[in-house]
Amino acid sequence: MSADTATSVTDTEAEAWALLATVTDPEIPVVTLQEMGIIRDLQLNDAHEITVVITPTYSGCPAMDQIRADIADGLRPLNRRVVVQTQLSPAWTTDWMTAAAKEKLRGYGIAPPNRRCGSEAEPVSILRFMREAAVASDEVSCPQCGSIDTVESSHFGSTPCKALYKCLACTEPFDYFKPF
Amino acid sequence: MSTSDYVLHLADNALVLGQRNAEWCGHGPILEEDIAMANNSLDLVGQARMLYHYAATLKGAGATEDSLAYFRDPPAFKNFTLVELPHHGPLVGYAVDRRDYAVTIVRNFLYSALMGLVWEKLQDGSDPDLAAIAAKALKETRYHLRHASDWLIRFGTGTGESARRAQEALNHLLPYTQEFWLLADYEEQAVSEAVAVDPRTVEASWHEIVAHVVSEAGLRLPDSGGHRSTGKCGVHSEHLSYLLAEMQSLARAHPEGVW
Repeated sequence: MSADTATSVTDTEAEAWALLATVTDPEIPVVTLQEMGIIRDLQLNDAHEITVVITPTYSGCPAMDQIRADIADGLRPLNRRVVVQTQLSPAWTTDWMTAAAKEKLRGYGIAPPNRRCGSEAEPVSILRFMREAAVASDEVSCPQCGSIDTVESSHFGSTPCKALYKCLACTEPFDYFKPF
Repeated sequence: MSTSDYVLHLADNALVLGQRNAEWCGHGPILEEDIAMANNSLDLVGQARMLYHYAATLKGAGATEDSLAYFRDPPAFKNFTLVELPHHGPLVGYAVDRRDYAVTIVRNFLYSALMGLVWEKLQDGSDPDLAAIAAKALKETRYHLRHASDWLIRFGTGTGESARRAQEALNHLLPYTQEFWLLADYEEQAVSEAVAVDPRTVEASWHEIVAHVVSEAGLRLPDSGGHRSTGKCGVHSEHLSYLLAEMQSLARAHPEGVW
């Protein structure tokens, strides 16, 4: 490979990453797919084709088809065939969300995950609906007023990745992006 | 063959329970639970898709995710009988308007308690594809177990009516869990090839989880003896045919359809 070709491959790669950096999550449009940790890798296969490797957040996430289409759309300026490959392992975790993404979520009204998942298996814990139990075991601060006097109303919210919470200080309901 | 059949067993469990729980969509007892059950189904159908995709790769011969889900008849399904039962007690027949959320919660509880343990072992297993799917499914299953445990305790410690219905659901469903510990032929083979989890190795842990939550709920753990169901071997209750008929009719009416 000549030096010229090497430079152009790197340039194209950089351009592809730059284009991908503008593709946002279809469900939460304030964060990009990259910030969410959904885009895992990118490869230039040859002069005509580029592969983007993504990983699903939840197995049944209905946004995956939209994400594939959005990636292909976003890379259109490269004028290459875009192959979007799904990779299951390692399994997506909210630990991959960047700090910037978490702040954007909060600004958007979604409380970000309050802890890291790590690789350790969590003990099977039973969480009571009672206020004190919820606060003690899982402190979630309200994205509106910042209070930690919050309580879970339901494990499952508008999408599988979120839970429904309400703030007992400002009485506003809000979504909580569950540690996963 | 044994590996693909074992993967089908896991896939059929997820699909059939996912389809069953989706019946609550638009009919949930409260809005939050309507949404929760739709999410639960979405996770299960998502797991089923990954598993069918893998099973199709193993089977070859033109098998696809869709052909396995939509074009197999009831005796080819390898799911536990437990997951195909309607959302009500034993004597009501095909009465969809008599769905009882206690049955839904108890079933999800018994099943997710098992699958949490099975996925945990499979994620460290010798089959890398199955391990990847298991690692994904495990996280979801833990949330399902947490959800079902919370509600079981809520029912058990709620009103006399809720405790009575939770107890009846437990009495009705617990005997079906005997099937968890019986090995189907393909399963035995897959266990010997170190692909499948021998369910007997998680039986004690499962009993521990179940006994703990049932006692927290102030309910009584009934006797789980009696007739042993055989869904995983392809011999099902009458309920599976109705469920599959509803689920498969569209795909069978438009076999080349894409949506």
